[in-house]
Amino acid sequence: MDNKFQKIRNDFPILKQKVNDEPLAYLDNAATSQKPQAVIDEIVRYYQNDNANTHRSVHTLGERATEEYEEARGKVQKFINAPESREIIFTKGTTDSLNLLAATYGETNINAGDEIVVSYMEHHSNLIPWQQLALRKHATLKYIELTADGQLDMDDASRKITDKTKIVAIAHVSNVLGVTNDIKKLAAITHQHNAVIIVDGAQAVPHQPVDVQALDVDFYAFSGHKMLGPMGIGVLYGKSKLLNAMPPYQYGGEMINFVEKYQSTWTDIPWKFEAGTQNVIGAIGLGKAIDYLTEIGMQNIADYEHELVSYALPKMLGIPGITVYGPHDSTVHNGVISFNLTNLHPHDLATALDMDGVAVRAGHHCAQPLMKYLGVVATARASFYFYNNRADVDQLLQAIQETKEFFKV
Amino acid sequence: MSLSGLNSLYREMILDHSEHPHHKHKLENSTNKVTLKNPTCGDVINLEINVSDEKITDIGFTGEGCTISQSSASMMTDAVLSKTITESLEMAQIFSDMVMGQKRSAEDLEKLGDAAILSSVMQFPARIKCATLCWWALRKSLGEEVDD
Repeated sequence: MDNKFQKIRNDFPILKQKVNDEPLAYLDNAATSQKPQAVIDEIVRYYQNDNANTHRSVHTLGERATEEYEEARGKVQKFINAPESREIIFTKGTTDSLNLLAATYGETNINAGDEIVVSYMEHHSNLIPWQQLALRKHATLKYIELTADGQLDMDDASRKITDKTKIVAIAHVSNVLGVTNDIKKLAAITHQHNAVIIVDGAQAVPHQPVDVQALDVDFYAFSGHKMLGPMGIGVLYGKSKLLNAMPPYQYGGEMINFVEKYQSTWTDIPWKFEAGTQNVIGAIGLGKAIDYLTEIGMQNIADYEHELVSYALPKMLGIPGITVYGPHDSTVHNGVISFNLTNLHPHDLATALDMDGVAVRAGHHCAQPLMKYLGVVATARASFYFYNNRADVDQLLQAIQETKEFFKV
Repeated sequence: MSLSGLNSLYREMILDHSEHPHHKHKLENSTNKVTLKNPTCGDVINLEINVSDEKITDIGFTGEGCTISQSSASMMTDAVLSKTITESLEMAQIFSDMVMGQKRSAEDLEKLGDAAILSSVMQFPARIKCATLCWWALRKSLGEEVDD
């Protein structure tokens, strides 16, 4: 297994470089993933051979582009086991998917006095659309608390989700705490109260098998660029019954049926939500990324990353003066490890690690309410993908040690 | 191993200022007061100054941030204390030009005192904001229009 994953690393040309004279240890995968040669080649191939606008052109290239674009939709459908391909809407990314929902489903279903339930671990993209919707509609925004070790407090979830709740918006995997939330259980609680559950899967889909039917979620959003695809492409899955009842998000080309002077009718899902020229190469590139991931196998990826976390987490916890946020038990911790060193600001830490070739994120990770909840201004964060290996972890540990010596902390 | 490269940014003087910042306290009855945040990293500076006869007669800052932002604020307070408003704003401009890599005369840089050592931050583009936050706070507290 390890051997196979060592070979995989060669598929990623960007990883072969040196940064500040050190081998690059790219540990900022929660921010974005690197791209395998197969995806890079696919983008070149499409632009060299098939580029045309989709769904409009009768000519051969137009046919090819349309076919490849819709084929990509089918790949996404299979990848997350959606019942129908028309339930897959291409967007710009997770943020766009969630804003779409707030502006359409939210706008038509939320009224004064209704409740929207989120958690303290939400990324701003799954928080601010709901916060602003609540403000517009005079609805109440409620936060599910966390347990002491940084997991979602399921007892509190049962208390916060009530008959007044119309929407539960929740992350599948936290981009800071590295925990996976029990979406299936949350969906069951949500449905008992006749509300819908909207899941931010940006940190889940790249790293583990996701089956939207098994989870029984109503909506599920994720981004292409965190799973080897290009930037600027994302996905919104929604149950067709719900999508059909929603008004369009944007108006313009290719989302209409008939346009008259004073009225128009909308075309069917998914195209109703895809106004204007789409990011066709983004979708096709994502399709290629899905082919690549499927060949390795999502369960294999999850297992491999888990092994890497089980190697890294205890070693990190053993560093004097380190604070690791989220659970300290490797069995419930994904490949996102947020940490701080006593008496050293995470930005100083990140600059120092970069000098040793180690790329980590430092900051609030677009989760300011969570930072406040944890009582910190910012943290450093190392996040893994399946092309990382123990050597990357060792390089991180060594760089942390050297940083401590340099700053005498 | 290339942490030695860090020496160019984290010079001894910068580490000293960060560990023992000058004028890091609140002022009583300050005439000008401003809070600025760096939203990308969460750094906050509360800057208080006393101005009388167009001169900065007292200055203090509180807040939190990285080594660079703390030492920069410390060195800035040393530099502008008992300077006129005009002189202080000129220094803010010199500092800004310096870290952005625009050439200023040696004579200009001398006006900054210790703070001139932060020219090294130029090589770390991601950290320039850390160094300039306090100077933007100074500009704002002296009535200049500043984008938060």
